[in-house]
Amino acid sequence: MVAFLNSLPGATAQGIVWGIMAIGVFITYKILDVADLTVDGSFGTGGAVLVACMTSGVSLPVSMVLAFLAGCLAGLVTGVFHTQFGIPAILAGILTQLALYSINLRILGGANLTLSSRNYNLLITLGKISKSLVVLGIASVILIAILYWFFGTELGHSLRATGNNQSMARANGINTDIAKILGIVISNGIVALSGAFLSQWQGFADINMGKGAIVIGLAAVIIGEVLLGKLFKNFALKLVAVICGGIIYYVVITLVLRMGLNANDLKLLTALVVAIFLAVPYWRRNWQEKRIKPVKEVEENAAN
Amino acid sequence: MLQIKSVYKTFNAGTINEKKALNGLNLTLNEGDFVTVIGGNGAGKSTMLNMIAGVYPVDCGSIIIDGEDVTRLPEFKRAKFLGRVFQDPMMGTAADMMIEENMALASRRGMKRTLRWAINNKERDEFKKLLTMLGLGLENRLSTKVGLLSGGQRQALTLLMATMRKPKLLLLDEHTAALDPKTAATVLQISDKLIKEDNLTALMITHNMKDAIAYGNRLIMMNEGKIILDVSGEEKKRLTVDDLLAAFTKISGSEFVNDRALLTK
Repeated sequence: MVAFLNSLPGATAQGIVWGIMAIGVFITYKILDVADLTVDGSFGTGGAVLVACMTSGVSLPVSMVLAFLAGCLAGLVTGVFHTQFGIPAILAGILTQLALYSINLRILGGANLTLSSRNYNLLITLGKISKSLVVLGIASVILIAILYWFFGTELGHSLRATGNNQSMARANGINTDIAKILGIVISNGIVALSGAFLSQWQGFADINMGKGAIVIGLAAVIIGEVLLGKLFKNFALKLVAVICGGIIYYVVITLVLRMGLNANDLKLLTALVVAIFLAVPYWRRNWQEKRIKPVKEVEENAAN
Repeated sequence: MLQIKSVYKTFNAGTINEKKALNGLNLTLNEGDFVTVIGGNGAGKSTMLNMIAGVYPVDCGSIIIDGEDVTRLPEFKRAKFLGRVFQDPMMGTAADMMIEENMALASRRGMKRTLRWAINNKERDEFKKLLTMLGLGLENRLSTKVGLLSGGQRQALTLLMATMRKPKLLLLDEHTAALDPKTAATVLQISDKLIKEDNLTALMITHNMKDAIAYGNRLIMMNEGKIILDVSGEEKKRLTVDDLLAAFTKISGSEFVNDRALLTK
């Protein structure tokens, strides 16, 4: 128990990192209504670009910006595949993700690349948890503030309308292709930024760091929505709920690992949990339909 | 205001499901024309509106709105000329966005979307005034999600959104068909009022022949992708439903078949 409590701050920090990634997933999945699987690749791209840049002498802020832009570029490819090549969004994302595997290997120059916090001044690191928590907190607040502003602008509204009702969006003169591309670009930029944070936190980037990122992102989005959705109606608070979802996810993972779960089974568990969370609203609807009583029964009850 | 010149459109060409939806359609609307459109099942009424709006491209022919050839323009670019209300009340509004957000989107129809704030307080006051005109009590519910409104309320809102930036042409595609009779009558009256007040040019498809006669200054009847009857002015005012049915049988050589039209006759 004590060991678990001691590991809480670390789990929280990692949860925020994944929560930032989940905000990227939120933009595509919830706002644009597009399931974008690019993130499994672009998360790794963000980490790889950051480590590769810093180890070749680029400063930290510039490396972060480059990581963000690399993610945007990955999103641009998926967006163009989807809207200009007519490929279904899920498949477009899978194609980009596959291509990014090769690209990430190129960037890393191998399967992994280390970034020691002893040699570099990093924003966050496993060794300085409290400092990392502060930095991640500030980063989240800035990110949420920027997104809150953006989705309140005319352009942001055109993205929301596109995700809501494409006929309506086009009838009002919105180029829905551009709106979708822009949304996927922003989403993957944020995902890559999160990857850049994680590579600093763990002190390395490797080719598999983004594997299953989409599922973790969905988990965070759904956990946040289920647990805090009733409380948090405002858009900014919804994004806060996503970050909270990421934290809760990581705290729970830490707990089950402490309780003796084999770390190799983690992805299996995550997939199952997300599947169940996604199924619950569907089951609830079905149950409601089944509860509708046939007329005869209602009449009999009335007669009694 | 609108010129449609020999427009052809065939769906599923070369397959067993081939359907000639528009078959050399010609139509010219003058400014201020309020035209009601009737016709049997599959006559090409909705296809005509969708062609004007650019939902899908024409096979050949040209469409000119306000002197500009829009035949090759994508749907979103034609939006600056057009106000549209669909048959499905869900289609004209964004359900997860608030009433004021939907209106703000519509008030920028055909304009570049910038990084300026999407709604300002001055606009909110205007939206309130416009909503008050509807008489549905929506003026006090600016921040209600549109998804919570009834079909009739949504359709009335869509009408308002389609006309708040004066369109060169208003397209109404059986926009009261999915509503109950009482609500349909209300929405139709609102449509008429908005069209008259702003002196809009409008094309309204309806399945109700009485409405087609009662509203507008011109009536066209379509069959097999062409216009087979075009009546306006005094002649239109004297029309009866029986005249229309008789005219249809005479011109097309068959009985008028439109399930809903016959039911509401």
